[in-house]
Amino acid sequence: MIWQIEIIILVIVIILAIGALSVKDLLGAAILFGAYSFMMCLLWAIMGAVDVAFTEASVGAGVSTVLFVAAVFRTSRRTED
Amino acid sequence: MKVGVLVLVIILGSVLIYGSLEFPPWGDPASPASSHLSPYYIEKSLEDTSVPNLVTAVLADYRGYDTMFETIVIFAAGMACIFLLRSSGKEESGTRLYRHIPTGITLRIEKKSAFPEKSEAFERIDSVWVPHDLIVKTTCRLIVPFIQIFGLYVIAHGHHSPGGGFQGGVILGAALILFAISFNLRSAIRRMGERLTLMLSTLGVFIYAGTGVVCMLVGMNYLDYSALAAMLGVDPVTARSHGILVVEIGVGIAVMSVMVTLYYNLASTGKHDEGL
Repeated sequence: MIWQIEIIILVIVIILAIGALSVKDLLGAAILFGAYSFMMCLLWAIMGAVDVAFTEASVGAGVSTVLFVAAVFRTSRRTED
Repeated sequence: MKVGVLVLVIILGSVLIYGSLEFPPWGDPASPASSHLSPYYIEKSLEDTSVPNLVTAVLADYRGYDTMFETIVIFAAGMACIFLLRSSGKEESGTRLYRHIPTGITLRIEKKSAFPEKSEAFERIDSVWVPHDLIVKTTCRLIVPFIQIFGLYVIAHGHHSPGGGFQGGVILGAALILFAISFNLRSAIRRMGERLTLMLSTLGVFIYAGTGVVCMLVGMNYLDYSALAAMLGVDPVTARSHGILVVEIGVGIAVMSVMVTLYYNLASTGKHDEGL
């Protein structure tokens, strides 16, 4: 695998993780977490774990984002801390 | 407080990174994990189970017991969500919003007896989330069957390509969730009600555990699918492949219905009435 792509994806993963933790808007945090999951999915695919990548794409980036959005929709959108 | 937490996290993180330095290099064939059991799986799984996808063979056959309890964990998550969130919705306020379809006028109706439930000209709309978007509805209605077919393909083709019960079940559940988002929660519940999802989630776990029990009744070990050879009329190696398929179907059913249950309860705060 081209190592530059791997480095870029790793940097994006770290940026997205910090962003998902620090952002005040919970809906934005949910979306950032979905993007984080998708980047992790790409990393799994690069490492050759295609089954794990598939699971990460469907569960992490797909359904769990929807569940987070549903929870945000039913509670509050802004966090206190 | 915040600084202390940050310092603690940094210390723990550096301990973790220090610990990971001792790991064998990624993909090292001489590492302990790759030198005892992995060669057997890599060399023998096709002879043993006639499943080309190694991951599926390991997941559903060699460590099928483990995967069964993963399915039960998913099932327990769905049950926990129901216990925490589900409420009958009787304490709801009596007002509902209805849209008169020919004119597009929205009516707020307060009296319970005057709800136009049977009328064709009125459709009920949610009080907080009122999309009236023909393009979104039509697109989602067109896409949902294809997503479902893809989910079935992922379950059935898990022997040969990445995928299997978990992923296929999640995709099938996501198709119904997409339908619920693009239309509304009530039309999704009308198509797949709470009773049906609960029955399906138990049925999935039951299929998995029942396959193991059938293997035991024939006289072999629990979840040793080669016991199904006489029943299916094939040789023991093919029977293991078929047994994996049966188990994957069970996992798919359970995961799909649990995902749908989670969404129903989260999006409607357990009332199963108005939702996202």
